[in-house]
Amino acid sequence: MESIKDKVAIVGMGCTKFGENWEKSAEDMLVDATYEAFEDAGIESKDIQAAWFGTTRIGTAEPLATALKLDYIPITRVENLCATATEAVRNACFGIASGAYDTVLAIGVEKLKDQGMGGLGTVTGAGGNGTLEWGMSATMFFARMANRYMNHYGLSYEEFKRILAKISVKNHHNGSLNPKAHFQRDITEEQAINAPIICWPLGLYDACGVSDGSAAAILTRADLAKNFRDDYVLVKGLGLAVGARQGYLQPGYDMVHMEETVRAGKQAYDMAGIKEPFKEIDLAEVHDCFSITELVIMEDLGFCPRGKAPEYVKAGTFQLDGELAVNPDGGLKSFGHPIGASGLRMIYEIYKQMQGKAGPRQRKNPTLGLTHNFGLNPGSGVGSITILGQRD
Amino acid sequence: MAGIVSYGAYVPLRRLGPGTEGWNLPGEKAVANWDEDSLTMAVAAATDCLGDIDRRTVDGLYFASTTTPYGEKLAATTAAWAADLRTDILTADLTDSLRSGTGALRMATDTIKAGTAKRLLVTASDLRMGAPRGGMDNNLGDGAAALLIGNTDVIATIEGSYSISNELLDVWRANGGKYVRSWEDRFVYEEGYLKILPKAVGSFLEKCGITTEDINKAVFYAPDLRRHRQVGSQLGFQPEQIQEPFFDKMGNTGTAFSLMMLVAALEDTAPGEKILLASYGDGADVFLLEVTDKIAGIRGRRGMKRNLSSKMIMRSYDEYLAFREFAASDPEKPGGASASVIHRERDAIYALRGVKCRVCGTLQYPPQRVCTNCQAKDDFEPVRFSDKKGKVFTFTLKYGGDIPAFARPMVDTMVDFEGGGRAIFGMTDMEAEEVKVGMDVEMSFRTLGAGGGIHNYSWRCMPPRDSWLEKETG
Repeated sequence: MESIKDKVAIVGMGCTKFGENWEKSAEDMLVDATYEAFEDAGIESKDIQAAWFGTTRIGTAEPLATALKLDYIPITRVENLCATATEAVRNACFGIASGAYDTVLAIGVEKLKDQGMGGLGTVTGAGGNGTLEWGMSATMFFARMANRYMNHYGLSYEEFKRILAKISVKNHHNGSLNPKAHFQRDITEEQAINAPIICWPLGLYDACGVSDGSAAAILTRADLAKNFRDDYVLVKGLGLAVGARQGYLQPGYDMVHMEETVRAGKQAYDMAGIKEPFKEIDLAEVHDCFSITELVIMEDLGFCPRGKAPEYVKAGTFQLDGELAVNPDGGLKSFGHPIGASGLRMIYEIYKQMQGKAGPRQRKNPTLGLTHNFGLNPGSGVGSITILGQRD
Repeated sequence: MAGIVSYGAYVPLRRLGPGTEGWNLPGEKAVANWDEDSLTMAVAAATDCLGDIDRRTVDGLYFASTTTPYGEKLAATTAAWAADLRTDILTADLTDSLRSGTGALRMATDTIKAGTAKRLLVTASDLRMGAPRGGMDNNLGDGAAALLIGNTDVIATIEGSYSISNELLDVWRANGGKYVRSWEDRFVYEEGYLKILPKAVGSFLEKCGITTEDINKAVFYAPDLRRHRQVGSQLGFQPEQIQEPFFDKMGNTGTAFSLMMLVAALEDTAPGEKILLASYGDGADVFLLEVTDKIAGIRGRRGMKRNLSSKMIMRSYDEYLAFREFAASDPEKPGGASASVIHRERDAIYALRGVKCRVCGTLQYPPQRVCTNCQAKDDFEPVRFSDKKGKVFTFTLKYGGDIPAFARPMVDTMVDFEGGGRAIFGMTDMEAEEVKVGMDVEMSFRTLGAGGGIHNYSWRCMPPRDSWLEKETG
């Protein structure tokens, strides 16, 4: 098995404003994100040899070709739940690393607000034996983990909600510094704690929003990257792990971690040669679909010992000016979660940070950044990691 | 000799009673939850009745009710599947009369006597409704009984039976009608109940060559308490001979009523005692039973005593109406379950069967093809989870806007079963604010997401019914 570390470079990226883009169709956003990436890479449409198109709601590859008027090139539509965009990137990397293509497009889009969608992963209609109980939503799945975490570590509801609130407050603050975020305002801990409960113990401010958006990357062979720009960013590690419902079937599964994140992290760390993630990684864009998810991810990715994430959160370790900035762009909390686009939105922030172009959110000389997505739900899901680094 | 081998009962947890807003009567009315129907109540009574009896020894199930889920589609097969019985068995629904329960008992007894089956499970269940807030509805209650009939290990022999068929339009409900109707009271009672039931009992006693004095306990149907007292004295029974009819504790439970009273009588009896059982509806059925010394072997049944004394007083009468409105409208909404999926998964959905890996012993629900622990393929034996106890590993309270007010918050749980296995269930019959990680639960068969004219069912977990014994509610 060969590592693809340092074989693939990102030489251009684009990202739309995320939000309730009532005036933009999915096709509009695909065009906007792609052309920002083209301009950033200094290329034209004809330079793209293949594309990987991440989306959960559009069932085919053709809309990407039609939107961009691509010239009969190979396009693969990919879907992997909340990791859909990073899945587009991962497959694009393989296309490059294999030598099959020199320059490709990885892009993700989701247009959720045309579907009357009010909350993340609300489920209606048939499933299982054909029907579902009322109140099925993604919140419910993560609330199970939240309740378990509280009980497992003996935290009172009040202490626990305060810790979760700190995560939401941090991400909202970072989002307030980001003109592309859906929500660009600060919130208070009290607002987060006292918000209406959706699935106890999780309330409105523990959840990310629902948005439209698109983000795109131009990838090329590392040895060709300098032809595009000097400050290209290298792919250092990739990881993807899919659960088999172990958490639902095995009483031994503790439900205070997400094994898929741990395993995907290990794959990516091994590929990137990372031994001490907390010390080596400067910034991480992680899947804060809910506040509890970010809390548990800190432990799953080895950013802190098991059960210690609340202490690290209280200490401000993961703030923009902390030792390891987590969700410096505002995260899903501020961007919402257009499912097929989120992973590339995260990569966009790491890319810009590496280039020193993150404006008021800029970290000092970051060299290594990580993105993480988690799809489905604790107990069985999809964990996806991308590690990006500065060129040597 | 043919007779009763075991008994069980089910009275829903909820009661309208003192403390219920909009309910101004002194007594209590047993009310099925929004996720219960006549079939689910029958399954609960059957489960109580079967206890730890080997379910493979049961040769058939009769389901008696005037409120069957379907006009065309047997409920007995669903109940038999939920009770995890064999498939080479007799199943039949007996419907359309308050006498269907005793009719099923008579059929079962005769079948046993004929020798074509060894053990038959008789279930009777009703969830009737009169016009809201009217005298008829106030007097009704919901409930179910189950009797296992056989010819070995008999706790009460059926010494004889007698029936009268009588054509009379006294109480009825037309197809498609929601509420039970009746003709005017004096006609209904004078020409119907007060005339026919005493006549049937009198004729039967005479035929048996015994008198009321030979009867230790008289169990008989009546539409209400006044008529129950009237017939008791008319027949010449002393008050201590008469089984309490529970009008003020649960109400008239229709087809199940006389059999539920019989269960109560069996809970408080001794070997050698004679029990008279009589039911009414389009005629009358009368039985004479004699208790054997095997009665002492019956242990752990929830029966009527523990069912009646474990209860939750409902907040409001309107909530009861909302339950019934929901139950009536739910099957008619679009969408709903897939018949082919239910069919394919019927062991998992109805019988709550999971699997145990023959290689590593890991219990799993729902059934898997490849073991979650050792990856062995297709090497499992079935395991029934419906009678297992469990503990809540984690839970969440759902406040989604799609949840009707009467069901909010919904409780979603992850349950770890005693002896292994973990699964996800909705919780029912709980106080949401009292749900805790680590709490004990047991399983209950309930309705789930009807639609497209299909009644759908699923198992839910709930706090042990006994945890409600003597608990203050309301």
